[in-house]
Amino acid sequence: MTELTCICCPMGCRLTVDEDNDYAVTGNTCKRGAVYGRNELMNPTRVLTTTVAIDGAAHGRMPVRTEDAIPKGKLFDAIEELKKVHLTSPVHCGDVVLENLLGTGVNVIASRDL
Amino acid sequence: MYDLAVIGGGPAGLAAAYSAYEKGLRNIIVLERDKELGGILNQCIHNGFGLHRFKEELSGPEYAHRYIEMVQDTSVEVKLDTMVIEITPDKKIFIDSPSGYECIEAKSIVLSMGCRERTRGAISIPGTRPSGVFTAGAAQRYLNMEGLMAGKRVVILGSGDIGLIMARRMTLEGAKVLACVEVMPYSGGLTRNIVQCLNDFDIPLYLSHTVTEIRGDKRLEGLTVMEVDENRRPIPGTEMEFDCDTLLLSVGLIPENELTRGAGIEMDPRTNGAYVFENMETSIEGVFACGNVVHVHDLVDFVSAESARAGEAAADYVLNGPVKGDYIRVQNGDAVGYTVPQKIHRDTAADKIDVFFRVRSVFGKSQIVISSGDTEIQVFKRPYMAPGEMEHIVISADKLKGFDTVTVSAKEA
Repeated sequence: MTELTCICCPMGCRLTVDEDNDYAVTGNTCKRGAVYGRNELMNPTRVLTTTVAIDGAAHGRMPVRTEDAIPKGKLFDAIEELKKVHLTSPVHCGDVVLENLLGTGVNVIASRDL
Repeated sequence: MYDLAVIGGGPAGLAAAYSAYEKGLRNIIVLERDKELGGILNQCIHNGFGLHRFKEELSGPEYAHRYIEMVQDTSVEVKLDTMVIEITPDKKIFIDSPSGYECIEAKSIVLSMGCRERTRGAISIPGTRPSGVFTAGAAQRYLNMEGLMAGKRVVILGSGDIGLIMARRMTLEGAKVLACVEVMPYSGGLTRNIVQCLNDFDIPLYLSHTVTEIRGDKRLEGLTVMEVDENRRPIPGTEMEFDCDTLLLSVGLIPENELTRGAGIEMDPRTNGAYVFENMETSIEGVFACGNVVHVHDLVDFVSAESARAGEAAADYVLNGPVKGDYIRVQNGDAVGYTVPQKIHRDTAADKIDVFFRVRSVFGKSQIVISSGDTEIQVFKRPYMAPGEMEHIVISADKLKGFDTVTVSAKEA
């Protein structure tokens, strides 16, 4: 049995995961918690948020995020990969700025209009 | 003459302006001192926003984007780069903008100026005064909007959410975050942020510790951290030295109420915000307040909901006139630090009244009790409560009608 705090939302439910019972999760108050508890012990993932360079806009940095969670172990490599991205204004909120980040199948999208 | 002037174009102001428009007001202006709408959300690039409001997990700028688009689809007028200098009790608003100094008038006002960070001066850390000491939010703006790193070897004082978020952010960008130091025996931020911002990167959290000396001439060179006793006094012999060039302060937020005080609105010393009714009206008829200028929230989703109520109430005031009748006082009892609202209109309040508060210490299985004298009116159960997490209860208005004062208190179950 492993106790975790769910990070899916700010409620922070206190989960118990039973490794001996097919990673059954208790203590969650929504479906996302059950998925998180199981994943956290089998293959932990995180949504990555950072910024990339942009030219010709009111700010020099565009906030971006991965469209879905990526393996936790790839966070630092992903940051390095995103340092190579250089955008030119205009870019719209939701536009894909990098496809298939590090072969994860997850796209990186712009977080605002700039 | 505007029907409604909204002071501040962050999440609170945008939600208030939008809901006032939806309720039928057409002549609305939003006054924003920055060059763009969105407020603090623009620098909060992390995710976790919008789960309640939009049922999906957005970053701060995305959440702002949704509301900016909603407001842009209305006839709400937005005036950027505009500083409000003074508000008078008869709703004259003096502003300074690129077009100069002028006075505008409005039938109703929503105050949504947000809050600002406590600084080194507010907590009086001894030592020299080198560069390298930042509030966490200032470092966040430098990094996320201007692409500038505050430093390379970082200690964070205070475990508020912004400090925790910055611990992760600076680590990902290549800084070494040596420690997060919290004077209280519990964290000031959300537990999920301890997990995903500190534990994920093996950053130690020192509870019941504080920074007792800052060293360095031009730039911060190091600092001393000591354990504190139950009275928050440093315990001799517990000194730890940190070799660092940056100290981030995440030691609390203060509602930014200079305009509110200037207008003569009654202030609650517990929240540092205005006293408000359940419809977010302040002590001046037709002036409403919402968001972090009233009390500091953890979640923008709750700011939006509260601000929507303020906007609706402003529309109601302009279209139907002031609310009549007396009110029920709501006060904080045992283990509860404050309540918002502090007053509930006896006759006109909606059936369900949202009440927000923070407990003063950490609770396990516990009860929130609404009472008046010896009478228990309503009881709510909680598995866990902490000062870092704002509590929310919904009280039935009809259960309160016979009372003049009700008390919200908390106890272990």
